[in-house]
Amino acid sequence: MAEFTPESAGPDDAQKLRYYQKGTFTVGNRLVDADARTVQASEERSNALTCGHRACQGCGEALGARYALDAAMRATNGKLIAVNATGCLEVFTTPYPETSWQLPWMHSLFGNAAAVATGVAAALRVKGKKEVRVVAQGGDGGTTDIGFQCLSGMFERNDDVLYICYDNEGYMNTGVQRSSATPPAARTATTPAAGDEPGNVFGTGKFVPRIAVAHRIPYVATATVADLHDLERKVAKAMSIRGARYLQIDVPCPLGWGAASHDTIRLARLAVETGFYPIFEAEHGKVTRVRKIRKPRPVTDYLRLQKRFAHLFRDGHEDPRVTRLQAMCDANIEEYGLVGDDETSG
Amino acid sequence: MAHPFAITLDPGSSLANRTGSWRSIRPEYVHRLPPCNDACPAGEDIQGWLAKAEAGDYEGAWRALTVNNPLPAIMGRVCYHPCENACNRKAIDASVGINSVERFLGDLALEKGWAFDKPAEETGKKVLVIGAGPSGLSAAYHLRRFGHAVTIREAGPLPGGMMRFGIPKYRLPRDVLDGEVARIVAMGVEIVYDAKVDDILAAMREGGFDAAFLAVGAHIAKRAYIPAGEAAKVLDAVQVLRSMEGEDKPLLGRRVVVYGGGNTAIDVARTAKRLGAEEALIVYRRTRDHMPAHDFEVEEALEEGVMMKWLSTIKNVEAGSITVEKMALDDKGFPQPTGEIETLEADSVVLALGQDVDLSLLEGVPGLEIQKGVVQVGPDMMTGAPGIFAGGDMVPSERTVTVGVGHGKQAARHIDAWLRGETWDPGPRHELAGFDKLNPWYYGEAPATVRPVLEIARRTSTFEEVVQGLDETNALFEARRCLSCGNCFECDNCYGVCPDNAVKKLGPGRGFEFDYEYCKGCGVCAQECPCGAIAMVPEEK
Repeated sequence: MAEFTPESAGPDDAQKLRYYQKGTFTVGNRLVDADARTVQASEERSNALTCGHRACQGCGEALGARYALDAAMRATNGKLIAVNATGCLEVFTTPYPETSWQLPWMHSLFGNAAAVATGVAAALRVKGKKEVRVVAQGGDGGTTDIGFQCLSGMFERNDDVLYICYDNEGYMNTGVQRSSATPPAARTATTPAAGDEPGNVFGTGKFVPRIAVAHRIPYVATATVADLHDLERKVAKAMSIRGARYLQIDVPCPLGWGAASHDTIRLARLAVETGFYPIFEAEHGKVTRVRKIRKPRPVTDYLRLQKRFAHLFRDGHEDPRVTRLQAMCDANIEEYGLVGDDETSG
Repeated sequence: MAHPFAITLDPGSSLANRTGSWRSIRPEYVHRLPPCNDACPAGEDIQGWLAKAEAGDYEGAWRALTVNNPLPAIMGRVCYHPCENACNRKAIDASVGINSVERFLGDLALEKGWAFDKPAEETGKKVLVIGAGPSGLSAAYHLRRFGHAVTIREAGPLPGGMMRFGIPKYRLPRDVLDGEVARIVAMGVEIVYDAKVDDILAAMREGGFDAAFLAVGAHIAKRAYIPAGEAAKVLDAVQVLRSMEGEDKPLLGRRVVVYGGGNTAIDVARTAKRLGAEEALIVYRRTRDHMPAHDFEVEEALEEGVMMKWLSTIKNVEAGSITVEKMALDDKGFPQPTGEIETLEADSVVLALGQDVDLSLLEGVPGLEIQKGVVQVGPDMMTGAPGIFAGGDMVPSERTVTVGVGHGKQAARHIDAWLRGETWDPGPRHELAGFDKLNPWYYGEAPATVRPVLEIARRTSTFEEVVQGLDETNALFEARRCLSCGNCFECDNCYGVCPDNAVKKLGPGRGFEFDYEYCKGCGVCAQECPCGAIAMVPEEK
């Protein structure tokens, strides 16, 4: 009897084994080829963001940043420069004179990361260092509010920069204030759970990935710390393209969201599975691929784990606006086609 | 060192900042008890051997399996697999086909001729085992592994006990049984056939044995008083199944009635069909849901055309016919007579009403306690008589092959300790890895592999094995459906999901280690561990 191993299996068998065996969705798996595991499964990962940083317990942003930058480091053979906007990520990694970054890293102002990155890319072009690539990164405040003008300019000029926004839906570093990425009804320091309609308002805010798509740049994607395979594939794809690229990663914030520190990935997963956070990618102005929902869940599963939404369930009553939040999720599912047979997602 | 303008300190790494001091709870790698292992009457480490099978290391898997159970090819056919009923995977799609993988490994071992290791050294102790059924064979195997000299005395001409004289060939081919017994004999276990023991104390004294394990089974058919005419043909199930092993097959006629609702009744009815009976009818006094027979066996029998008559008792047997009375269940679920009588045609009636133990060899043994026809044993499987242990169908238990094998193993461990003047302590059991301990999101959907089944026409005319085995591809596929409940399977999740890089990967087979210098105790690793192999425990003050 011939040995039957994942290595010796034919293409059809490999497909079947990979899909069916346990741990298809895990970070790695001892039974599959190293190529089929994530960068994070490797002992050789660069740990671009290393230990000793001062992020809170269970920080989604610290996780998202390491995921994204390690994948980018692998894609560029370690020839990568990062430019950081002001925000949690900058503060918790670089209290003077310490740094947690294990790659060339620059910080200038809150609002100019995209512009600084454009400058770095221009300098590299002038110096003929085509192989060195540039990433700009920031939180949602530094991206969707304060840095938006620079970001839009970077898109419009098609500068060779991958901009990564770690979206934790508020200004967490300065005490959890509302940003334009804060979801409706969420309680923040500036949208308190008081009054007739407690929490953040409905119908405002902006979803920057769609604005990026509207710039018709080569590549736009959303991702989540709850699906590492998908996230790393998107980073690798982004690094294979020249020009302006935008990646927005949903990174739950235990402090700002009022969630248990161990629920960070669970919340990110629920955000996807409820349709609250659509995961898709777009090229040159067109949505080309969506990540389908594996196990659909009602939005309340997501909301109930977070104190920022606790006022929606106060005294055993469900605030009527929960229905509006569900309708928002349903609209996402409808708009992006998030439910159904999955032939395209990663 | 000269610093640039406005810079007074050298750049440093955040590694100087030991964030482990923030922690109030810490993650720890644990082993929890998988429900399959918990449910296995033979105490197999099922998750453990499946883990080896998943990696394609079939010999390693077989060796890990046979540490606890020397009869995998038999188990893979006759075990009622309580492991699969307990399997956590059934909450995701369907239980892992543990039994079919076990059979695959057992058959592969027979095909490749894998042998058991002989004991490293002899202890010089002699143990007598009475009965070469599943319990006796299991005890002999384990005692031999400990290095004791083992002699089995078997009353019959061939080994296997009820596996040979009770389980029909279409469920357990005899070459499989013989192959697995031969492997135990090859370890140096002596089996003496046609050597019924009438007096256990005398047998021990004469042979110079230090201890004995009794496993004579339950081979005496229970009778019920049923008025029968002189020409009426009334047989018992033990007699019918036993004679199937001899030259003269039982003559049951065209219309066979089997009385009883256990697995033995089903076996007899299916055997009658294969012998050419046009009708095989099971008469049972209660309803199908009260039948002690396992549901899948009832299903298979129905598929083969065996008929069932529920809520009926046999009142009278005459040549060519029987009289039955209809029953009705009372409030407590017990059958009560209704007075409604019916006559059915029957050439023979086979009684399958359970079996008793032949306890004659125990007469005159001091200290022995017998209740309800079975020998009482302590938690150490020892009878009231020092040095005499007992197991299998002759002690209070569920009468299955696997339970018997489990008794044999347990008894062997206690006998070994007893011979050394010690007691064997299995230690505390690990916490159960229930479904609530898992994070099932990480497991892909994977429907169970169904074993091919022989077509009906061949099933009702021959004694060919009904349920076929898996081949290597689907056995591997099936093994990989295991969720590895409660035990790390090196998926790298903890290593990947730590926001603080505080998990060290030690390399294949060696797992992971927490770096408590930096671990902040957030608990993401424990939450995202698919198989529940990480526990969060409070830090000591």
